[in-house]
Amino acid sequence: MELREALYKYLLRIGDTSLIAGQRLAEWVSEGPTLEEDIALTNISLDLFGQARAALSYAAEVQGKGATEDSLTYLRSEREYYNTLLSELPNGNFANTIANQFLNDAYLYHFYTALGKSKDEKLAAFAIKSVKEVRYHLRHTGEWVVRLGDGTEESKNKMQSAIDDVWMFTGDLFEMDEVDETLIEMGIGVDLNEIKRSWDTTVNKVLERATITRPEDGYMQTGRLDGQHTEYLGHILSELQYLQRAHPGAEW
Amino acid sequence: MMVEIVSESKVWEWLNEVPDPEIPVISVVELGVVRSINILDDKNIEVVITPTYSGCPAMNIFEEDIEKKLKEKGFENVALTTVLSPAWTTDWIKDDVLDKLEKYGIAPPVKGTADKGALFESGPKVVRCPKCKSETTVLVSQFGSTACKALYTCSSCHEPFEYFKCI
Repeated sequence: MELREALYKYLLRIGDTSLIAGQRLAEWVSEGPTLEEDIALTNISLDLFGQARAALSYAAEVQGKGATEDSLTYLRSEREYYNTLLSELPNGNFANTIANQFLNDAYLYHFYTALGKSKDEKLAAFAIKSVKEVRYHLRHTGEWVVRLGDGTEESKNKMQSAIDDVWMFTGDLFEMDEVDETLIEMGIGVDLNEIKRSWDTTVNKVLERATITRPEDGYMQTGRLDGQHTEYLGHILSELQYLQRAHPGAEW
Repeated sequence: MMVEIVSESKVWEWLNEVPDPEIPVISVVELGVVRSINILDDKNIEVVITPTYSGCPAMNIFEEDIEKKLKEKGFENVALTTVLSPAWTTDWIKDDVLDKLEKYGIAPPVKGTADKGALFESGPKVVRCPKCKSETTVLVSQFGSTACKALYTCSSCHEPFEYFKCI
């Protein structure tokens, strides 16, 4: 596979995951369970949007066909998005949001830590910058998993259900194809099998402390690599892209 | 006639007059956002900047304010280049600037605690209340009114305050 094509797709996967996770969290604006939590979730959302901008503007540059971070965001259809399925799942109740976000944060934390050693200097700089932010996100959601899991009977039940419900989407995080293979060979990309081991350690540590039972790995729903999504992404995009679709090129 | 080109140190001085839009007691230079200056000739200048946090909404204001200041000083074209490496760190903020933050009411980053671990054991042990200087304070949230700050409450004077996170 040609390097340019592989790097372009790799950057879309990274940027799309941040963008969609950020958009999901932004839905919590003014709906947070407490004022502080409202601010925390939207602060995390803001960091994710910042990371998405960096990755997607680099993707546009690599592609070299005149795209911009905006055109990539507003004008691609569902099947052209390559975010993790985990990032597009509905917020549900607060425990669902925390479960989805925690598992995604643990993934991003280890992924960016490894990507910081990439031979692509720009990608490495982006990863080193991002991991500083994701570290705070992971600490925040990890603490909530423990607080809810090791909390009241009700909060524990909700946390356990949330982890159980989302588990079938965690296999998608670690799927690899020729894009990954091409970039790993060149020292640019990250071997997700290694990330899986670090992710397991972090997740197990938090779940144990939270007295939450780790679900058995069963059927895993995947699709990220080919842009095959759950029914939820289309709804996110219809809201995210509405203005540019209805009024192409609108500026303010 | 020779056109006199302004010195780089003069430009740093001017930029030091551009305040952080959210913490006006410190400048964009003191914050460490301005990384380098490249004076091309008497009309053209490049300023290299780095974001504090990836999504910091103040970055656009930084850019506008830097451009405005340099245009006031006679430059016609101000090119702003953003770099991500080396990643911004609170370690770049000098001690006298940390004092300014504390006087302004924001607990400054506790040096040497740039968080390495991602889970429970990390973070500063003691954050001093900028108002009553008590060292008995409680973290309320890792996230405050801006991306760069956390929320604390003082157990002695009971005032809430913000802590400039160490990253």
